[in-house]
Amino acid sequence: MTAAQAIFRAQAASIFLHDEETDELVFEAVAGQSSDALIGTRIPSSTGIAGWVLVTRQPLVLEDLGNDPRFARDVAERTGYVPSALMAVPLLHEERALGVLQVLDREQDERFTLAEMDLLGLFASQAAIALDLLRGARRAKAIVEGGAVDVALVAELAAALEGLEEERREAGLQLLRALVAVLAPPRP
Amino acid sequence: MSFPAWSLPSGELGRIAIEHEWPERVDAEWAFGGSTGAGVRVCVLDSGIEGDHPLVGAVQQSFTVVPDGDGHAVVEDEGVDLCGHGTACAGVLRALAPDCSLHSVRVLGTGYTGSGDVLLSGLRWAVEQGFDVINMSLSTTKSKFSAVLHELADSAYFGRTVLVASAHNMPVESYPWRFSSVISVGSHDQDDPRLLYANPAPPVEFFARGVDVDVAWPGGSTLRCTGNSFATPHVSALCALVLAKHPQLTPFQVKSVLYLTSANVGGAS
Repeated sequence: MTAAQAIFRAQAASIFLHDEETDELVFEAVAGQSSDALIGTRIPSSTGIAGWVLVTRQPLVLEDLGNDPRFARDVAERTGYVPSALMAVPLLHEERALGVLQVLDREQDERFTLAEMDLLGLFASQAAIALDLLRGARRAKAIVEGGAVDVALVAELAAALEGLEEERREAGLQLLRALVAVLAPPRP
Repeated sequence: MSFPAWSLPSGELGRIAIEHEWPERVDAEWAFGGSTGAGVRVCVLDSGIEGDHPLVGAVQQSFTVVPDGDGHAVVEDEGVDLCGHGTACAGVLRALAPDCSLHSVRVLGTGYTGSGDVLLSGLRWAVEQGFDVINMSLSTTKSKFSAVLHELADSAYFGRTVLVASAHNMPVESYPWRFSSVISVGSHDQDDPRLLYANPAPPVEFFARGVDVDVAWPGGSTLRCTGNSFATPHVSALCALVLAKHPQLTPFQVKSVLYLTSANVGGAS
């Protein structure tokens, strides 16, 4: 977030993540002149600027927001900061839209340029990869924390395997591989 | 005497007679001079169009895609646009082609975010309706849909529906704008809404106005936006202008007219 803010010399930057189960956007992270208090706020996935970007999977650049108080309120409610310009870009990773990155009020007197759009797209691609890793780590953490008994069982199994002679150990591993194949067949 | 399939015996030349009215030189005046898009049916496949927005005016019909058994059905709905994208595109169309008829098919913001199935169902239905122009300021990154989208794009092409599709603004693979049977659009940063450039290095074939465009925004307001989404309806509108004057043209010919009237080809007046 701070990197996005720095690259575009912006006043603030924020990320919304898409919660696929509830089809909502969750205000996930923020840097700069926005309020941390809004982290965790949820909005329907297809409303507002972030919704526009998520459903169309296209970046959006808006200028002169000050002329539209209705719009300014819309953004402020989602970020805690009223901008006069905004760039929003979808975080796309392998066919999925993970969320939306917003950059508010970059320091620039001139018009927005197409080169900046390219830069924003490149940055979003990197951010999406990082986010995907974060989500993977969270899932793994949840599995470990939520299934302590199962983990203990697996640890016990591993210790038992470790203690076996080579031949029996190989047989045990084969059995486990067969179990994995039954429980988690490879995806087509 | 037997002929191979899809052949043309010389005795049957009459069945391929084509009325043509090509001038010595195709220029902007011939292509769309004086045209308002009257009589041309343009479909906006998007997030819906807000009814009675001052920059959009009348919307002939509004439809949405809903679940129906294992598939989807297209049903009439009221002019609703939750995120504003379709309304913005419709406003650009209306500004350039004030007398075209606008038809909305809502495939975004239907509560099934990112569902390529909804997009496909909406596009299939729109192609079957035989609209003259379909504006698609959107794409899908899901490769499993690309084959079906390709077939639909070809159906539109041979069915005389011009499918105008927005190139993705980011370095990702997405469809259907990459297909040669559609007219694909990227942005240039100049102010002229009729200024078109042909791209000699596809897949993006044309560049139209897409930077700092004042577009219609829900609630009857306007907003200044940048993106290929807004360049695309500029090209759809130009297609509507051309077809209003020359309704017999095929999508291939319309694309050729756009090419010949592009500023870097020398056809713009």
